[in-house]
Formats: sequence, C-alpha cells, structure tokens
Amino acid sequence: MGKILKQIKYTPAKIHRGYSNKSLYINVGDLRVEEKEVTEFMKEKFVGGKGFDLWYLWHAVTPETRWDSPENEIVMSVGPLGGITQYSGTGKTLVCAISPLTGIPIDSNTGGYFGPLLKFSGWDALELQGKAEKDLIIFIDGNEGLISIEEGEEYPEDSHLLAEELTAHFAGSEEDKVHVSVVSSGSAAKHILMGMLNFSFYDPRRKTVRFKQAARGGLGTIMRDKHIKALVVKYKGIKPNLNDPADLAAINRIGVKYHKEVHDLDEKQNTMRKIGTANTILVMNKYDLLPTRNFQTGGDPEAVKISPEVFINQYLTQGIHDGCWYGCTMSCAKAADHFKLLTGPYAGLCVTVDGPEYECAAGLGANLGIFDPQAILEQNFYCDTYGIDLISYATTVAFIMECYEREQIGPEHTGGLDLRFGNAQASLELMHQMSRGEGFGLLAGLGVRRLKSIFVERFGADPKLLEDIGMENKGLEYSEYLHKESLAQQGGFALTNKGPQHDEAWLIFMDMVNNQIPSFEDKAYALYYYPMFRTWFGLCGLCKLPWNDIVPADNYKTDTPAKVPEHVQNYVDIFNAVTGKHIDKDELIRQSERVYNFQRVFNIRMGSGLRQHDRPPYRSLGPATAEEYLSRQERYDKQLRELQGLDPSRMTLDEKLAATRAYREKQFELLTDAVYERRGWTKNGVPTPEHLKEIGMDLPMLLEVVEKHL
Amino acid sequence: MKILTHKQEICTGCRACELACSQAYFRTDNRLKSSIRINNNFNTFHAIMCTQCGECINMCTANAIYRDKNGVVRIDKKKCVGCLGCVGFCSELSMFYSDDEPVPFKCIACGICVKACPEGALEILVSKS
Repeated sequence: MGKILKQIKYTPAKIHRGYSNKSLYINVGDLRVEEKEVTEFMKEKFVGGKGFDLWYLWHAVTPETRWDSPENEIVMSVGPLGGITQYSGTGKTLVCAISPLTGIPIDSNTGGYFGPLLKFSGWDALELQGKAEKDLIIFIDGNEGLISIEEGEEYPEDSHLLAEELTAHFAGSEEDKVHVSVVSSGSAAKHILMGMLNFSFYDPRRKTVRFKQAARGGLGTIMRDKHIKALVVKYKGIKPNLNDPADLAAINRIGVKYHKEVHDLDEKQNTMRKIGTANTILVMNKYDLLPTRNFQTGGDPEAVKISPEVFINQYLTQGIHDGCWYGCTMSCAKAADHFKLLTGPYAGLCVTVDGPEYECAAGLGANLGIFDPQAILEQNFYCDTYGIDLISYATTVAFIMECYEREQIGPEHTGGLDLRFGNAQASLELMHQMSRGEGFGLLAGLGVRRLKSIFVERFGADPKLLEDIGMENKGLEYSEYLHKESLAQQGGFALTNKGPQHDEAWLIFMDMVNNQIPSFEDKAYALYYYPMFRTWFGLCGLCKLPWNDIVPADNYKTDTPAKVPEHVQNYVDIFNAVTGKHIDKDELIRQSERVYNFQRVFNIRMGSGLRQHDRPPYRSLGPATAEEYLSRQERYDKQLRELQGLDPSRMTLDEKLAATRAYREKQFELLTDAVYERRGWTKNGVPTPEHLKEIGMDLPMLLEVVEKHL
Repeated sequence: MKILTHKQEICTGCRACELACSQAYFRTDNRLKSSIRINNNFNTFHAIMCTQCGECINMCTANAIYRDKNGVVRIDKKKCVGCLGCVGFCSELSMFYSDDEPVPFKCIACGICVKACPEGALEILVSKS
C-alpha cells in the first residue's frame, strides 16, 4: 500500500427518503475534505444525480475554465432512487465535468456499484477538484466512516489489473469483494482526450472484477490529469430499505410485477438476458441503420458474421445473472469469459470481456468495416482496460480510415499504419499506441474535431470533405446509429446538450423500425418529450433500458405505445414511494425540464449552446459523397421525384447530390425551429426568460446569461 | 434430494400446514407468511410450494441462492439484498415475500407441515437425483 497522506473519520449520514442530505468535497490539490449540506432548494430544483452534478459544477467553474483547469470538477451522484434493489436498473451513477472534447459540461451515466455504495456511505454526491502532483487513491469506507487519501504511484495503470488489486486489498477477503467498487481509467487516458472511467462491480460467480463505463466526453482524461488513479468505496450491508423509503410495500409490489414481466416476455421481445443491447445488430442492418465504414451506409452483407447468435453461441456465457447493480433482472451486462487475447501487452492472457454492447459491435465492428467477432471483443477489452471511450474511438478511427482510403492522409502521416477499413490489426496497434502514448495513436486520441483541423492544416486534406464526413457535433463523436433517413434522430443527436449521444433522444428505432412518429409534428414533439423524459433517469439514478426494452404484453393497446405508459407510471409511483412526494407524469417531465434548461444555459455560459453549435455534419443528414448516393440511388431518386417534384433522369449526379442536400438541410432547419419553439427557446436556441419562469427556473444566475443573447 | 409433496385427493383444505409453517418460521398465524399455500379451486385443494427446481439459483442478482447438501434450494439471508427477482421469476409462484421481511422465503422441505397435517396429505420425498 502507498503512504497515507490524509485520513479523516466521519459519521455517515442516515438516508431519509432517498437522500443522505450530505455531499462530499475533496480537493486533491491541497487535500481539503469538506462536508456540504444538500439543501431543499437543490432537491426541489435539481432532484439529484445529474442535476446535483451540474449544480455543483456551475459553482466550481467560470466561463474561462478549461478541462484541465484545476477548478474543473468531476462530480458524481446516484440520485434519490439509486440503490433500491427491487426494480431493474436502479444503480446508475451520473458523472459530470467540463469535457476535454467539447469544452462544455459532459454528463455520462454508468452502472457498477460505486454510486449506490457511495450514497449508503452517507454521500449524495462527490465533488473532486484540484490537481495532485502525484497519483492518488481515494478510499471511502462507509461502514467505518473513514476517508483516506493515499499515494497511488505503485499501482498498475490498466483497469483490469488496478481494480482487481484494489478490490482485493480493500475487501480483505473473497467474501467482502462484492462490497467494494473501484472507479479507474487506464494507461491511454493520460495521452488522449477521450479517456473514460470504469466503474467496477465484483462478480462472485466468475470471481472477477467487472466494469461498466462513464465513457463519454473524456472523464477519464480529466481524472488522470488530476492524478487520481482510483476511487474506492466499501460498504457492506445492502438491503431493500436502505433508502428509508416512504412506502416500501409499493416498491416491492411494482418490483415484483416488473420482474415477472421480464421473466415472461424477454424471450419473446428483445432477449436482453441472452445478448444484452447487441440484440439489435441485425435489426439495424436490416433497416439500413447499422453504421458502416464511417456512417457511409447502413449495413453490409457481412454483418451476419457479427450477429447476436455468433456472440451467444461462441462467446457469451449464458444462463447466469449479468446485472451491473442488484435487482436488475434485465441482466444485460453480458460477458465473454476465458477470452484469449492475441495482441498487445496482455497477449496470451485469458480474460473476461465485458460486452459486447451494441455500440461496441456496431462501432468497433461495422463502422470500421471489421466483421470479425474476435477482433471486436479484443478491441472491446483493450478500450476498457486502457480507459478509452470506445464510441469516440470507433467514430474517430472510422473517420481516419475514410480519410486514408480517400487519400486525404497516407501512411506517411500514420507512421506506416495501413488504416484501411477492415484492418483490425491496425486498429489494435493504434489502441496500443494510445496506451504507450506514442505514434499516430496520440493524434487519433484527440478526436474528430481536432483531427479535421490537423488533417487540413498539416496534411493538406480537403476541408469541405472533412467537415462533411467528420462525425462530430459540439466536439463529441456521434454514437453508432446510421440516421440519415431519420429526421427525428438527426435532431436527437444534434439538438442535444452534451453532444450526439443517443441516451438523450434515442428515437431511431421508434422512427425507422416501429414507425411510431411518422409526421413532422410527431418528430418535433418527440424531440421535446423524450429528451425530457430520458433526462429524468439521470436525475434519479436509473437506467433507461428497463423502460422500453421490455414492455407490458398489452402495451400496443395503449394510446401512446412508444411512451410505454405503464412503465412511466411505475417510475412515478416508485419516485413517490421512495421520496414521499406526490409527483405525476407531468411533474416528472417538469423536473427534467428544469435541469435540461439549466444545462443549456450552462452551455451558453461556457460559449456554446446556440443554434450554430447544434448544426450537424452533412453526413448526419444525407449522402455526403457520390458513392453514398449511388449505393442507395433508387431511394434518393425516388425522394427527388416525390418530395421535390424533380426528374432525376434529367439530372447529373452532382445536381442530384446538391438538390438532395439543399432539401435535407432545409428540413433540418425547419425541425430545429419547431423543436426550439416547443422547448421554449428562441430561434437561436436560447431558453427565454418567460419559459424559465414557467418551469420555475428564473434564477438570477440563469437570467444573467440568457439576457445577453436575446 | 428432499421435496415436499402434496396429495390433492386427500387434502381437506384445513390449512393447518400454512399455520404450522408461518408459526415455525415467523411466530405468527398468518398464511401470507407460510411457504406452503393451499388454494381452493372449486373444493379441490392445490398446494403451491417449492419444487426445488433451482431455476432461481443462477438468476439471483446477489448470488444468494444455493442448493444445500440435501438438494434443497436455500436462501442465504446474509447475502440476499431483497430484490425479489426470484419472486417474479419463480415459474411455480412459490417464492414468497412479505413487506415486513427483508428477504423472500420458500419451502425448505423441513417437514413441519407434514407433521401438522391431520390427513397425511403431505410427505417429504427423498430421492438421489
């Protein structure tokens, strides 16, 4: 163990109605440890989770703060419903900071046991500020009431080694390992801007530490810049009533009803218990939504090689619980056991790989033109242990590969790496370079936005082409859905607060597969309702998947099947049962709206958050190149005829591309107008004072920011 | 392997078994705290109790359910977190819970109800499988 630098004792606060009413502040620069009160105002306006994170972050930073400024904070909170055991998906930790990729607040949600154990140790939220000179380990023992800051230089960097070692050390016995959770990153996070955070949980059946990730936006990069090597929490004694809920019986009743639904219906619906989110790979391929070769097309005949059946039959251990928090019978956190690594520093080792989730198979597979399950899992493992956000990685490398194939860059720029689509070995070597902090991996780790400038300014690439095909918005790389044909998802990605991540508005399935929001008005409404509804999960410490990855058998008979009304009511009832409050489904949306608008104004305060920042790259909206147009020529020609009254037989390819582009860009602008209006924002994307007043957020700190932009 | 069995044709539905069970494990005469439940279906009495099939073992989200050396499926109360997943997942509907108990409960083929049954409708079967 490293030398103990500071140790304090505290009396863990008792949880009441979902809150400990205390938060913990640690400055790793001067080792200050402070306890803060969670006020009624905070609970009323921000609920918890991401709401608390953003509130603390606002007060920590100024408009001049950059990601590596000492005052930038990593804030994490689990929310008032977090840690209940009776309903699926109730252990999510929300993490916020000013992002290295976007310069605005990022919010990222993750499973793993850390957040719930932190709350039961007496802390609704944790703020980490300052910068240490040497690597630290922060340990919180919720049973003993102990906070210890220790030297961490001697520990390994990579998460699969680090978390295993720390879990064993702080648990003290095999039996107690389940009571420990570790937050860590990996060796690459020191060298790249897309470093992520692993949140661990110990799997007593496999006898190994497993991970979920707060992956987006470079949170791991910030943690390593602060020289925090790991956070560790230990709390023993999980029981169903630790939140001191107002109505335990209601939570039990709703929980059992939900578990029975999963038991009876999962096999008939999404088979989450067998394959997790990767169940959609072939559905996406069939509907032309699986991003392939940097989002050029939506599928490939080779996708059958990475079908759910391949992973189920050849890799993923079946028939045992795979939840990332207690009580999640959806059990989607699948794992490939005894997986033998073929490359890198751990070649020859047999490991447990957490995944693949859909984003992994789509991003590290189809979007890189790699249709090899072994290579997908190997990349999955190394992204996790090196601390690399695999979505940003995949979308960035897909961009690099397209630039390489279109001869915008060449081997002279990549250090000889032959970064063509499909070259899994080159991708893995790039990953290992990120870990070692050398070669082209260092450039690749900067992400798409910075690479566009570098390729143009240093390598002489075509700026217009790169602007069109570089799949980033606000500096964040797009997550893995081909959405050119889904106007709703175009907005779902670009009209977001943090950047194009599907957790805010995953509308593509509802739009393109289930056809539940066909009209322009439906789509505009969906871009009001669903981001608000989905924001609420992040306020409360919940996972979104149990909401609609299982639906009641009679859901199709309801007026609004896309909303899954019975499950919405479950959430309303559970919120009331835990907190003792009396919200309804409209107040649920209002709770989200307060935080959503707060985050929007926060973005504006940081110099972003206006209409110009919501504009997507053209590839998000339509065919950016001749090859894309020709690959789906029948579709696009038909659209020219039916939507614009043009005769494609009399048009050149360039004319067809231009007409398609003009139409689609116009549609996006119209959508933006409609969505902003519905959200109570000006045409420039600024929340109006009237709207802020209506939702109870006419706080002077927010009005001061928006008034400059009216 | 020990399994509690019920002879429907003999049972009179007196529910002495339910009271014996709830009294033995929870010190209360409350059938909602019994691990055997007798249902009256048009004067035919059907018993709901664990068949020791063990489907709940691998699905348990806290790894708290195991099969003991007698083949009986048991809940480790120290490990159980009261998620009630096993209640929702039990195909026999024979995993029970009560709002004032922190963990669910089930038949462990102890035989207390067998002794309490005045008709001899209950029996513990012991098999090698």
